[in-house]
Amino acid sequence: MTTLAVKNLFHDKVRLSVTLTGIIFALVLIAVQFGLFLGFLETSANIVTRSGVDLWVTAPGLPHVNGGSAQPERRRYKILAVPGVAKAEPYLLSFANWKLPSGAKESVQVVGYDLESGLGGPDALIAGSADGLRGDDTVIIDEHYREKLGVTALGQAAEINGVRARVEGYTQGMLSFTTAPYVFTSFKHAQKYMNLPRTQTIFIVVRLARGADAQTVKRLIAAALPDCQVFTNAEMAWKTQSYWVFSTGAGITTLMGAVLGLLVGMVVVAQTIYAATVDHLREFGTLKAMGAANRYIYRVIVEQAVLSASMGYVVAIVVALLVVHAARGGDAPILLPAPVAAGLFGLAALMCVAASVISIRKATEIDPAMVFRV
Amino acid sequence: MDTVIQIRDVVKHYGNGASQVRALQGVDLDVRAGEVLALMGPSGSGKTTLLSIMGCILRATAGSVKIAGREMVGLPESELPRVRLQHFGFIFQGFNLFPALTARENVEIALDLKRLPRRQARGRAEELLAGVGLAEKAASHPADLSGGEKQRVAIARALAGDPPMILADEPTAALDSASGKTVMTILASLAHQRARALVIVTHDPRVLGYADRVVRMADGRMLAEAEQIAELVH
Repeated sequence: MTTLAVKNLFHDKVRLSVTLTGIIFALVLIAVQFGLFLGFLETSANIVTRSGVDLWVTAPGLPHVNGGSAQPERRRYKILAVPGVAKAEPYLLSFANWKLPSGAKESVQVVGYDLESGLGGPDALIAGSADGLRGDDTVIIDEHYREKLGVTALGQAAEINGVRARVEGYTQGMLSFTTAPYVFTSFKHAQKYMNLPRTQTIFIVVRLARGADAQTVKRLIAAALPDCQVFTNAEMAWKTQSYWVFSTGAGITTLMGAVLGLLVGMVVVAQTIYAATVDHLREFGTLKAMGAANRYIYRVIVEQAVLSASMGYVVAIVVALLVVHAARGGDAPILLPAPVAAGLFGLAALMCVAASVISIRKATEIDPAMVFRV
Repeated sequence: MDTVIQIRDVVKHYGNGASQVRALQGVDLDVRAGEVLALMGPSGSGKTTLLSIMGCILRATAGSVKIAGREMVGLPESELPRVRLQHFGFIFQGFNLFPALTARENVEIALDLKRLPRRQARGRAEELLAGVGLAEKAASHPADLSGGEKQRVAIARALAGDPPMILADEPTAALDSASGKTVMTILASLAHQRARALVIVTHDPRVLGYADRVVRMADGRMLAEAEQIAELVH
């Protein structure tokens, strides 16, 4: 039976090429669109997911991590009194203007964190050091945005909201979902750049004591500070992701692209498998006349579909990995983690088997008496 | 000789109402093991319909069809493939070989249906091809075979499951006289030497010389002996 499935598949090479092209096109489209979606999820909340923070305490009405409003910094002393809290530090994240050497302005997001605890600080420095932020007016930017921010070398000066800044180091892979790159600095410098009173902060970020339960501590802080909102790191990440990725429509668009890829793939594969089945109806009729049960014929068709899916998948995954590699230097990363790449094979097989259902019905309905017609 | 197929008062209608076609109108026929039976008659006489009913490919509208003593009328549809697999080998006018498969694989597929292990199936397929004089063509595809060779592959395939009954629809129609003679010699010796029932639907008068019995049909009925003589005269 395997012989018949394989040989029928390779017998008409033109049709096989069309089938494989359809599968490859669909799978690459799905991989790229879904990879973009994962990239959006990653970049929209990387400032949260890579912060090392356990709990975020904010003023009420926070739409996402990039939209916080000021609150008194002294609240952190109340938080420190809550059992299970190891550290509570001020943290600032706010949009600002970066003045390029040319005089033009670029929007950036200033990230001010406590240098002693390092909570919310950069995690992937490739030049300079976090200690360098102890110097006057020092900042760290991501190497990806050097050109955008007009930075040609470490030590170069710039202005943030009219206040002097000096680039002390570079991070890597700290991409921003918005067009405004992250600029890390000390909390005190950030207050100065944002003209925020010394008694104010945007967030108070919490590191839990070893073994403390995040949800329990969250409830205790919320009880101690009823006019604040408290989020676990995962909740803050999801709140931010759902805002940027879903509310703005960017994520839905990419997901729709992936679904479209799936539909296009199914239609192309269904058409070619159906055409192949119609071409082989007489053979299926002969099999039935010879005594083959319907399930024997289903298996031939499904084997062909799974074989097509397997071959298409191998090529598609190579193409998708090339696209992922090519997108690495761009503003919109495409992520294709191993579980997604593996899951794509399941999807390919499912797509091809689903596409063969109509063909299976057609083959089932064959009247074996057709074999006596010339 | 044992009766392997017993047909009694079989009726077959296609369609309903005014457009109904009465393909068979009360046919009685016995087929015995080891005999070559030729079914002859003009187009539309019901030969192929009768062959299909004998082979459990079509269901009779009324009447009784017994295969190896077992009544087929009323048997569930899902049982029929097993009956075909167990009792029949089919040979078709258009050969109906699988073009993507070699001659050997075409024979092997019938053994695969019988769930014979692959290695055994391969050996048996080679034996069967050798038996019809095609040992050297085992690796050839149907497109590379002549009409006579294709039909011999089809015969080897029909014999693959070692069925007691072979049903052949116009097996010589697409063949030249030499190939037709070869095919008929193989089929007739198969019936006589290995006690298989062979039913051949044919228009080909060359087949008559190999038949033990000829049954003539017209308008869905079997002709009586006197009518057969009259038809032969005309």
